[in-house]
Amino acid sequence: MSARVGVVTFPGSLDDRDAARAVRLAGGEPVGLWHDDAALGRVDAVFLPGGFSYGDALRCGAIARFSQVMDTVKAAAAQGMPVLGVCNGFQVLCESHLLPGALVRNAHLRYRNRPARLRVETSRTAWTRLYQPGSEVVFPAKHGEGRYVADEAVLDRLEADGRVVFRYLDNPNGSMRDIAGVTNEAGNVVGLMPHPEHAVDELTGPSNDGLGIVASVLAHLTGAADTSGVSR
Amino acid sequence: MSQLNVAIDTVGVADATPDEKQPWAELGLKEDEYQRIREILGRRPTQSELAMYSIMWSEHCSYKSSRVHLRQFGEKNPKTPRLLAGIGENAGVVAIDENIAVTFKVESHNHPSYVEPKQGAATGVGGIIRDIIAMGARPIAVMDSLRFGAIDHPDTARVLPGVVDGIGHYGNCVGLPNIGGETYFDACYQGNPLVNALSVGVMPRSRLQSMQASGVGNTVILMGAKTGRDGIGGVSVLASATFSETGEGDARPSVQVGDPFTEKLLIEVCLELFDAGLVVGVQDLGGAGLTCALSETAAAGDGGMHVDLERVPLRAKGMEPQDILASESQERMLLIVDPAKAEEVLARSRRWGLLATEIGTVTDTGRLVVDFHGQTVVDVPPKSLADEGPVYHRPIAEPNDLGLIAVDRAETLPRPTTADEIRQTVLDMAASPNLCDKSWITEQYDSSVFGNTVLGTPHDAGVVRLDERTGVGIAISLDGNGRFARLDPYVGAQLSLAEAYRNVAVTGATPIAISDCLNFGSPEDPHVMWQFERAVTGIADGAQKLGIPVTGGNVSFYNQTGRDAIHPTPVIGVLGVIDDVARRIPLGLGKTGDTIALVGTTEEELSGSEWASVKHGHLGGVPPKVDLDHEMKLAELLSRLAGTEQLAAAHDLSEGGLAQALVEAICFSGLGAQILLPEGADAFTYLFSESSGRVLVVIPRGQELAVRTACEQRGLPITPLGVTDANTDGLHLRDHFDIGREELEASWKGRIGLHLGE
Repeated sequence: MSARVGVVTFPGSLDDRDAARAVRLAGGEPVGLWHDDAALGRVDAVFLPGGFSYGDALRCGAIARFSQVMDTVKAAAAQGMPVLGVCNGFQVLCESHLLPGALVRNAHLRYRNRPARLRVETSRTAWTRLYQPGSEVVFPAKHGEGRYVADEAVLDRLEADGRVVFRYLDNPNGSMRDIAGVTNEAGNVVGLMPHPEHAVDELTGPSNDGLGIVASVLAHLTGAADTSGVSR
Repeated sequence: MSQLNVAIDTVGVADATPDEKQPWAELGLKEDEYQRIREILGRRPTQSELAMYSIMWSEHCSYKSSRVHLRQFGEKNPKTPRLLAGIGENAGVVAIDENIAVTFKVESHNHPSYVEPKQGAATGVGGIIRDIIAMGARPIAVMDSLRFGAIDHPDTARVLPGVVDGIGHYGNCVGLPNIGGETYFDACYQGNPLVNALSVGVMPRSRLQSMQASGVGNTVILMGAKTGRDGIGGVSVLASATFSETGEGDARPSVQVGDPFTEKLLIEVCLELFDAGLVVGVQDLGGAGLTCALSETAAAGDGGMHVDLERVPLRAKGMEPQDILASESQERMLLIVDPAKAEEVLARSRRWGLLATEIGTVTDTGRLVVDFHGQTVVDVPPKSLADEGPVYHRPIAEPNDLGLIAVDRAETLPRPTTADEIRQTVLDMAASPNLCDKSWITEQYDSSVFGNTVLGTPHDAGVVRLDERTGVGIAISLDGNGRFARLDPYVGAQLSLAEAYRNVAVTGATPIAISDCLNFGSPEDPHVMWQFERAVTGIADGAQKLGIPVTGGNVSFYNQTGRDAIHPTPVIGVLGVIDDVARRIPLGLGKTGDTIALVGTTEEELSGSEWASVKHGHLGGVPPKVDLDHEMKLAELLSRLAGTEQLAAAHDLSEGGLAQALVEAICFSGLGAQILLPEGADAFTYLFSESSGRVLVVIPRGQELAVRTACEQRGLPITPLGVTDANTDGLHLRDHFDIGREELEASWKGRIGLHLGE
């Protein structure tokens, strides 16, 4: 039995199919979840994909926070279910207060699409346990509102607790302390702006480094040993 | 009944007041056209009817100036079993294999993009995407072909960032990868920028949709955004009236505003409805809004339709029936459905939060009847709107200056002669607006959403995987060269066709279909009509020769300010199929030790070249020769070598010639190239000539003989030029000069931002 990873579709989600593909390629079973349906259908983990949920009305991720599915996701996350948010999904997690901080307009004020070199800062999360801390990965970063901000105290605490998960090596958007992704205290909820689901195959992406994200959560769910497999 | 504040001009009123003066001229109709409308109706038209005829009989909708020439495509198109839907449909559809079909089309949104660059360009993208949905396909990618005025003109700093923002915003939010395109600058586009957008979609062949309103009693549903005042008369006025230099008599209505979020919902809902077999007919609403969608679906179907216009959800107060009929509000589709399935259609729309409303019924009356609060405001034969518009045989005259231009050859211009001068020319050309790196633009576009983009910018063509199991995919390129077309529109159009065809072939794909966007000045100018006729003939003859059909496209006239027309700019999209995208040939230099060679023949062809433009501001002479037999052999060779994986990389030679192709391959790959020009070759000519039909190929070690033999078997000349070498810094041109990669990149990169003051 492979683990079931729910992929939420909000109106305006764009990367839901791609997230499902990443789950499949990593050996998991993708399960479609609908924004307006509270039922999580016995999934073992949840992937909030990129896009423009609800047309980015009000603020990126601001409306999705109030969706039926997010009520259940929040409750499940509190019980330790692994939850990943990518791009708009990261924005939703911040708006939902599952993760600290906020994502605001890029410092250069433009949408920019570039492959981003990232350093994996910690393997102590459900979604990164198969990476070597300090290893480098390349995921596409493509967003207009991806500049990570939080007040200094929050940033200090994130650093002290080892909750900065990914850091940009060439900061593309002015994110504070080059932060590309963070996790919650328990390490089960992770959000990042760059797209691991668009780095699953060298034919179509800048690398296949992204497979490790889903592979990590599958390992986490089956309790497999750390630091095997996809580190580089 | 809601209260009506204004007296509505009904059919009854029109009958009773036959002599009322009507503003047909202001709406762009000619007197004989107005009289014909009266004959068709047997009375004067109502205001709503007059608005509808003026829109449907405008140049933009009726193709009245171009139609007699566009017939050539139908007459000369090669017959191919691949063609499932062709010219006249929303977009051409070609079969990829026994299961999958692809639809693609390129369309202009030039005038709106000048008036309001961001929204003009955004709604151009939105419009072409809906054409793809209307065929039953899921849109999977977009491309764009852009022309702006001089890069350092202050207005370019307004238009370019806005256009790019609009294309990016719409495409990114609707979730389509932008897989390529082109951007050129020329003073002739000052005031008349060109924004041509292409979209491509994929579908199971069984999902092909029709625009027919058939089945008497079927329900007519309007789906998507509410109808507002945006773009009322936009099509007829914006697209058919030249901007006057004084601004006098300038009736520019507001450009429509795009909402990609609603468009994304439209895609998902429509595809869900098609898959569930709930739709009989479908038509998108674009230019000309409901007027066009109602009359086209009615004309294509059983001939009659009844619409209750007050049911149309409105976003503005006090809209009169003619406003509702003419509104160009974006993100709307018209569906024809079985009444027994109407409730399910509405329910599925609601689930996505998308508005859908029953507004009418298919009838067998042969009339399109529109009521507004129970009063009939339109009662017309729909074919008279959709199919029986005026057809003009515009006067044609060869421009007087062509003879003089032809003898003013760029081959006689002073050239760089010393190694240092040629070296500097390589750098200056790489830094020039048309040849420099365009990533300032392309970085604003998503390129990887859907996870199927195999090649995107800056490769010669975009390559997209269609099926993960089989690896089958498509390649598309979009190319135009207004400078060559200005010198000779027939040859120029064929050169663009040949380039797009070659760009597709360079990736290893086999070209199978053509779409075109024909951008010209005023059709009322006989010289422009001559250019148009020559270009269309060139494309039609070229398609016939190459054996691939023109499946559709778009004409944009009146790209003209005062007497100054743009260069004739036919932009050609070519679609190709590749059996396994894993075998595509990328741009680059392969790896150290690979052989760099040139397939094709370099002649002294500098007229119309980028070098003549950049270094001399010169446009004269005759364009390079085009040899379509050669192009076909070349394409067959590349497809074969891709299949056997005997090429590490390939790159089309076009603007800027061999020098620019090397610069791009070096900068893209990060490797170095050691080049030795053939004995006796004139270095300058060899580096900067723009002879057609040439491809730079990179051959893996051990395959040199096989590739040479394959070329010789096809009668294709191949010339070894050198080797790839990671230890060579940049370009080493033996006996001439070296240019380090850093210096090359410093010239080539970052130019657009610099010009825009960033």
